[in-house]
This record gives sequence, structure tokens and C-alpha cells, in this order.
Amino acid sequence: MDTTTQQNIIAGLLAAHGTEEGALLPLLHDIQREIGFIPPESIADIAKALNLSAAEVQGVISYYHLFRTEKPGRHTVQVCQAEACRACGAEALMVHAEQTLGCGSGQTRADGAFTLTPVFCLGLCASSPAVQVDDHPHARVTPEQFQTIIAVLEPAS
Amino acid sequence: MKMTRLYVPRDTAALAAGADAVVRALVRESAARGQAIEIIRNGSHGLFWLEPLVEVVTANGRVAYGPVQPDDMASLFDAGFLDGHPHPLCQGLTEQIPYLARQERLTFARIGLIDPLSLSDYAAHGGWTGLTRALFMDSHAIVQEITDSGLRGRGGSAFPAGIKWGTVLRAKSVQKYVVCNADEGDSGTFSDRMTMEGDPFMLIEGMVIAGLATGATHGYIYVRAEYPNAIAVLSDAIGLAEQAGYLGPNIGGSGKAFFLEVRRAAGAYVCGEETAMLESMEGKRGIVRIKPPLPAHSGLFGQPTLINNVITLASVPLILAQGAAFYRDYGVGRSHGTLPFQLAGNIKHGGLVEKAFGLSLRELLYDFGGGSRSGRPIKAVQVGGPLGAYVPESLWDLPLDYEAYTAAGIMVGHGGIVVHDDTADMARLARYAMEFCALESCGKCTPCRIGSVRGVEVIDRITATRRPEDVQLLRDLCATMHDGSLCAMGGMTPYPVLSALEHYPSDFGLNPAGEQR
Repeated sequence: MDTTTQQNIIAGLLAAHGTEEGALLPLLHDIQREIGFIPPESIADIAKALNLSAAEVQGVISYYHLFRTEKPGRHTVQVCQAEACRACGAEALMVHAEQTLGCGSGQTRADGAFTLTPVFCLGLCASSPAVQVDDHPHARVTPEQFQTIIAVLEPAS
Repeated sequence: MKMTRLYVPRDTAALAAGADAVVRALVRESAARGQAIEIIRNGSHGLFWLEPLVEVVTANGRVAYGPVQPDDMASLFDAGFLDGHPHPLCQGLTEQIPYLARQERLTFARIGLIDPLSLSDYAAHGGWTGLTRALFMDSHAIVQEITDSGLRGRGGSAFPAGIKWGTVLRAKSVQKYVVCNADEGDSGTFSDRMTMEGDPFMLIEGMVIAGLATGATHGYIYVRAEYPNAIAVLSDAIGLAEQAGYLGPNIGGSGKAFFLEVRRAAGAYVCGEETAMLESMEGKRGIVRIKPPLPAHSGLFGQPTLINNVITLASVPLILAQGAAFYRDYGVGRSHGTLPFQLAGNIKHGGLVEKAFGLSLRELLYDFGGGSRSGRPIKAVQVGGPLGAYVPESLWDLPLDYEAYTAAGIMVGHGGIVVHDDTADMARLARYAMEFCALESCGKCTPCRIGSVRGVEVIDRITATRRPEDVQLLRDLCATMHDGSLCAMGGMTPYPVLSALEHYPSDFGLNPAGEQR
């Protein structure tokens, strides 16, 4: 997606959210959904449209774990690390995920295929350990199942 | 041709177990065999070890099969499961499965039974009865009904709901709000998610009644971003309720208005704290506010705001429909009604168990849960979320009752229960509690922001060198966090840490007196 397309998308969303109360979070969600991340160069425009300072917008983006200012991998893999998943091997599963995907927790693989992140609860605590790959939740994930789930996504890797 | 009706849940936990693939396989296999089926996507009954649970409607009732995988299709059809015939996966009639039959399902009465987005299903199972009654009641009478029911905040605070509602009702303002806190971030909890996905109209009805009771005309549901399925179901349900006139400018033709919308969170745990949530909804960083003023006086956008958790608001329609006494008569002491307990972690039969207050943790762990999933002895049980204490076996026979738990220095909270077997390293879990606090602290108050970082360091020193002065330092640090933090994030992180230290000292390399060994 080129910069002009991004600017057009953001301009459209700014117009749509301009008058809403507490518009910043819904706006940031929409930008990230459309573009995949929040382009840092758009912060000034967002601030202007919502009558905020750039520092306030930057502060909100950096405060929330979900918002990102860099392009993520083609697939996002979230491995739950909260207590109920820890009770069923989530720490070992994360190590396995790092080895399988070839990138560390919180990182994107060099070829841009995967972003691996920890997540703190997917609400699947009775079916732990839980993993979410893109929009798909997976329960009671064993290392073997993790392998299968990943293999379908990037068959060549 | 005979049409057989099947139910396959759309609950996220069922999807995570492969429910969509099972639906595709059912469609394929039935078409290949020329058998007509109709599939309804219901909520989950909450028997998660059996998901995906497929139910077949027969003349005798709904017969359950689970856990079903796509490769089971041929054998299920061969066995005649469309007529409810036996099969190794058959669990018998759903309503007679002991795990379900022994529950007291009030709030969860419809969840798993109905199509969550069917207005007619909802109405046929008692939906809108509470609202219909409330529309003819004075605001004060509705608040009185909630007060009399004994309902307390189910998000964990256990604050009497009627008192909070009364405060918002008496607050003078042209605009008031009802906010549903659906930022269910605690590990070991999923009852809010199941409710939003499995019976969204119940939550909507509860919020409309809350609006009528307090004079609020606008409501928000603040849902965590990790629950995309819940957000989708709620959004669809709100649209349907608007079309049917249960939301909007003229509810049920009464001339009273209530508008409702969903707000999506963005992955900050501390936004489950009510004032941080309000900041987030206003488009700011989710930083905790100093109280007072209470949100009931000055909340969202500075206006009087009623904030309740999903289960609290979802309990309201039944209380209005059946009357306060019906609800109050469940439970023990000052813990009235039921709590949807959530059995999670290393447990064989993990799931949702709604029971009246007063049963014991041991009953939940063994009679319902069937012991650990690994088959090893259960070592520690964390009750009430990441900020709840680790409850040792000596306390498992205590009745689950807010006051009895508080007296023992532990908490019932929202009823989330995370089980660990004897391979758990309690020093590592204590360290994780501090680490999580450091990661998620909003940063406003020093005891939480700095204390959690120091907590990780001190625990590392204890496990490495076992110096008694470090144990004392950890206790002092926890006292400072407990007494000096602005909210429960820093204030309650000491509970898991100190309970781990007290009950499992050998995991820290200490003898039972907390000294070097």
C-alpha cells in the first residue's frame, strides 16, 4: 500500500470519526484495521483533526499494547502467557513457537512472514494453552498441533 | 423428507476446538448421505472438555455428542446419531449430563440452549419479561428491587449493586451514562465472554433496565479487543434490538429512550479498573483516576455514570422478572444469588459452573472439575484472578461466600479459578505476578510502577541467595504496594505473591518459617 493510499484512507476515517465523543481509540482501531498499523507520519494529522497535541496521540498509541506503528508480519501469532495457560505448559509452548517461527517473542521474522507476540488472556482458560493465529483461536495447543497450524499458513517456509 | 435439527456452538472456545470445521463436515456428510439437517449455532453450555459439542434434537430431547472432530462424521452417521443413537462420543441427554444437571443456572439459564441472535428464541425463554415489568415501575422502585435482591458487583468488588444504582439515580445531571465493564482481562475468567457470545440480549435488557432505574439514556459496553467474536455478536444483537424497539428513542412504545454502543478496548489490562476504563473511553491513555469523585457522581465525560460488570447487569433481567426474593433466596449469609464459577487451568473438566454461594472449592475442583487434567495432585488454586491469592488445600473446605473468604485473607472475586498441579513452581508464579504488574501498571502511582519492578528483583535474589533479609524486604515491599497503591493493580498484586511465599516457602528455597534452609 503506497503512502497516498494510506493518506486517503486516514483522511476518510478522520472525517467519519471527527464529531464522535472519545473518538481517538475507535479511530486508531479503524486505521490499524485498514492499513495494518498506524503510520507515524499520520500522527500530526490525527492530532489536528481531534484538536489534540501530537504528544497526546503518540502517548495513546504507545500506551496500548494493541496499537503498532510498524508493519506487522503477514501472519500474527499470539501465544497466551497468563496463569491458566501457564498451568498447562504455555511457557514451553512459547519457546517452541520461537524455534518454529524463527523469531523471538515480540518480534517479526526477517522475511516478514510472522509476528510473534505474547498475549495475556484470550478467554480460553478452561482449554489452555491457547493460541490465536490471525483471527483464528486455537485451544489446548500441543507443540505438534502448533506445527500443523503454522505449516498450513506458509507452506514453503 | 425428515429434517433433523442440530446445535453446534459459535462460542469462541468451541471455535478454538474446531467447531467450524465440524459444521463443514456435518454439511458435507449429510449431503453425501441425502439426509436433511439444519444447524443452529448456539452459545456454549460451558463443558469445554466436550467441545465441539454437537447436539441432536430428538423426540426425547437434545442428545449430546462430544468432543466431535471432522473425522468422526462417518462413524456418527453410521451409528445413527441423527436419531440420537449410541456412539462412543454420546453423552446422553444434554440436560442430564451431571456437570450441568447439578448446577443452579439463573444467569446462564439460556446460554447453550438458544440461538444467541434469535429474538424469538430469547422471548420464548423468558426474555424481555424483566424489562416489560420495569417499564411500568418508578425508578426508585427498580433500584429498591435490585437492593432487595442482594445483588453485589460480580466483577470482583462485591459492592452492593443497589447502593451504586441509587447513587447514580440521585445524582443531578441532564446526561447520565451506563457503562458495562466487559474488559474481562483476568486469566481464568470467561463468563463475561460466554454471556456476550451466548445471550447478548440478556445483557442489553439488563442495561436498558439500568438506564430506566438511574435516568441514563446512553450506554456503552467496553469490550476487550481480544474478544472479536463477542464484539461481533453484541454489535449484531444491538442492531436487532434497535429494529425491534428494545433500544432507541422509544423503548417498547414507552416514550423512554436508551441508546447503546460497543467500545473496543486496546489491550491494556489496567483498563479493567473502572476509572482507567473511563479515561480510555474518552480517548486517553488508560490511567487510573483518583477517587473521589466517584464515577457515580462524575464519570464518563464528567457525567454521573453507573459502571457494572457484565454478569452484574446480566443478572438484572431475572431479578426484575422473578422478583428480588427469588434471587435473594439463593446463597448464604450476605452472599445472595449465584455466581458463575469458572474452572480453568490444569483441570480435567474445565468450564462454567453456576451455583449458589456456599459450596466449597473442593466440591468445585473434584465433584465438578474431576481433579487435575494432568492427573497429578493439585498443588495450588488461584481464586479471583491474577490479583487473587493462591489458596492452599487447608482452605478448600471453606464455603465460597464473600465474607468467609475475606475473613481468611483470600477473595472470591469474580469466581475465576485457576488450578495448578504439583509441577507448579510457586516462586516463579509469584515472580510472574510482579512481572505482570510491572508490564501492565498504568504508571500513575509509585508503589505499583516501581514496586513491581523491585518485586521481580527481590524474588530473583531470594531464589538465588535465600537471604532472610530479602524475604523481609519482599514483605515490606508488598505492604507498601498494598497500602500505598491507587488501585487494585498495585494494591492486590501482593496477594498472589505473599500467599505463594507463605504457603509454599520451599519453592523459594526457604523452610516453613520463611528462613534459609
